[in-house]
Amino acid sequence: MSTTTPLITADLVAVDLAATDRTDVTRRLIDLLAAAGRVTDADGFAADVAAREAQMATGMPGGVGLPHARSEHVVVPSLAVGKLAQGVDWGAPDGPARLVFLIAAPASGDADHLQILAALARRLVHESFRTSLLEAPDAATVAQIVTREVVPS
Amino acid sequence: MKLVAVSSCPTGIAHTYMAAEALEQAGKAAGHEVHVETQGAAGSTPLDPALIAAADGVIYAADLEVKDKQRFAGKPFVDVGVKKAVHDAPGVIAAAVAAVEAGVPAGAAAAPAAAPATKVDRDAGAGTKVRQWLMTGVSYMIPFVAAGGILIALSFMLAQVAWGGAEGAIEVTKVDAATVVAAFDPASLQDWSVVLLKTGQLAFGFLVPVLSGFIAYAIADRPGLVPGFLGGAAAGFVGAGFLGGLVTGFLAGGVALWISRWNVPKGVRGVMPVVVIPLLSSAVVGVVMLVLIGRPIAAAMDGLTGWLNGLSGTSAVLLGLLLGAMMGFDLGGPINKVAYTFAVTGLATEGLAADATQYRVMAAVMAAGMVAPLAMALATTVRKRLFTHAEQENGKAAWLLGASFISEGAIPFAAADPWRVIVSSVVGSAATGALAMAFGSTLVAPHGGVWVLPLIGNPLGFVAAVVVGTLVSTALVVLLKSLAHDPVVAAERAAEEQRDAALVGQPA
Repeated sequence: MSTTTPLITADLVAVDLAATDRTDVTRRLIDLLAAAGRVTDADGFAADVAAREAQMATGMPGGVGLPHARSEHVVVPSLAVGKLAQGVDWGAPDGPARLVFLIAAPASGDADHLQILAALARRLVHESFRTSLLEAPDAATVAQIVTREVVPS
Repeated sequence: MKLVAVSSCPTGIAHTYMAAEALEQAGKAAGHEVHVETQGAAGSTPLDPALIAAADGVIYAADLEVKDKQRFAGKPFVDVGVKKAVHDAPGVIAAAVAAVEAGVPAGAAAAPAAAPATKVDRDAGAGTKVRQWLMTGVSYMIPFVAAGGILIALSFMLAQVAWGGAEGAIEVTKVDAATVVAAFDPASLQDWSVVLLKTGQLAFGFLVPVLSGFIAYAIADRPGLVPGFLGGAAAGFVGAGFLGGLVTGFLAGGVALWISRWNVPKGVRGVMPVVVIPLLSSAVVGVVMLVLIGRPIAAAMDGLTGWLNGLSGTSAVLLGLLLGAMMGFDLGGPINKVAYTFAVTGLATEGLAADATQYRVMAAVMAAGMVAPLAMALATTVRKRLFTHAEQENGKAAWLLGASFISEGAIPFAAADPWRVIVSSVVGSAATGALAMAFGSTLVAPHGGVWVLPLIGNPLGFVAAVVVGTLVSTALVVLLKSLAHDPVVAAERAAEEQRDAALVGQPA
């Protein structure tokens, strides 16, 4: 994996993100991806994510929002993370989300990257993983934790 | 408790895996062993069949259709959807445990037995695979045999009333169906019997295409259907019968599978299943059948007919033996057709005496043609355990089909297990042919089975010949099948026993 673009870097992490609703949070994270050149058409990708979200809300147990889409506007498989200052309702039955992971996968993702995303989804179930991210002091640490826990070395 | 689960979601990226992890963790916490197959975008690794076999119950946490669901047939299950597994995995585990403790749901237990054996075990040995491919084709063909055969038999019965006598079964086949349909009279029993006959014949037109098509489907999945059906139709066109259909089924499946594995440029990939695979595979199968196989078959049929005509001086019993063997060999295929046509052509000779050889030949041919389906019907009755469920069902219809001289009733058996069934059928049919000749039975009608018994000279001898041949065939097929191990039948038995055991273990 070392030769390919990493799934997440510090500039894809927003700490203390102040936003009011799902759409707003998602948009801010998409802008990060667009700024990094990982998404070609921010509006197009936002529409894809919204379409997926409309199918079934992606609020997960433990205060996690997991918006995601496979989209032709995505260049490389990427993950943007937002730590919210204030919880935002993400449709989960157990309360608002404080950690939001935006997964951007290309329409034709190769298996290796999809494996990593699968591993991320699995890690999110574990409270220790979520706590370590919530307690991470800065963007670089968040990116580091995700990479360490999810990406096979 | 041991549980297996399948998870999937629309995108195949997030929920699928969260559900899997959540179920595994919740299972561990509650002291159960849970294995999850994630049918997601990252590709799915099928659960080890041993794990499935050992599992007490199944959890479907799937928002998409579960792939190869048949693997889990007969086990208690809960179907909860992926979201519930993500948000309340402990609850789902508890529900699954409760379902296992409640035992096998009756509906779920009965369903897999009745379903056609359409799935082919990827890890099976070559012999087992071939058997499973054959059984897939046969299990789809059986309803056509039953529907078509019974319609034809009903038509014969009705024709007796409509024409007022045994001649009805003959008259009904002489009527042009198109004329009747164009001026259908609802008050005419004759018209009704013609329509029933035509409907039955149309159903029979599908026998070989369906057999061939679904063998190819079992081998190559959907890409196999088009060349398979087409190959079956081509086999029918050149008169190759069900044996030709077996050939085209395997050929079409092989070719379609091969083409669908080609590594083609991305732009072409989209049109592969719709245009490229059907086009190329159909062309190959069609050309092979029509050009390479059609001509030799036609030549062989001509040769056989000439040879039979040259035999006119031989002893009657030997001729009956030979014709009987031919009737029993391919059940409507080319060799059967040569023998039958030989007999029917003889009927047209003018100025025959009532006990002419031609009439005796016709009686021998019809008697022999009734043996195979009757023998299969009897064999499935006396030795159920040697046959698959689908065959047992077909055996019930085969009684009527055999009695009506519809040899096609035995095709599902012969297609599923060609050499054992054909050997038995040939021996029994030959015995019947020889005996009918020896007893001097005569027949002036080209078909009709028991429905034309009043038209048969020495009917007692005719029936005796049929009964003896049927008993011989039955004994032989039971013997041959007892000596062999049939993987499909064995698998069905094992599933049954497992189910019975589960039902017994269930609290009252």
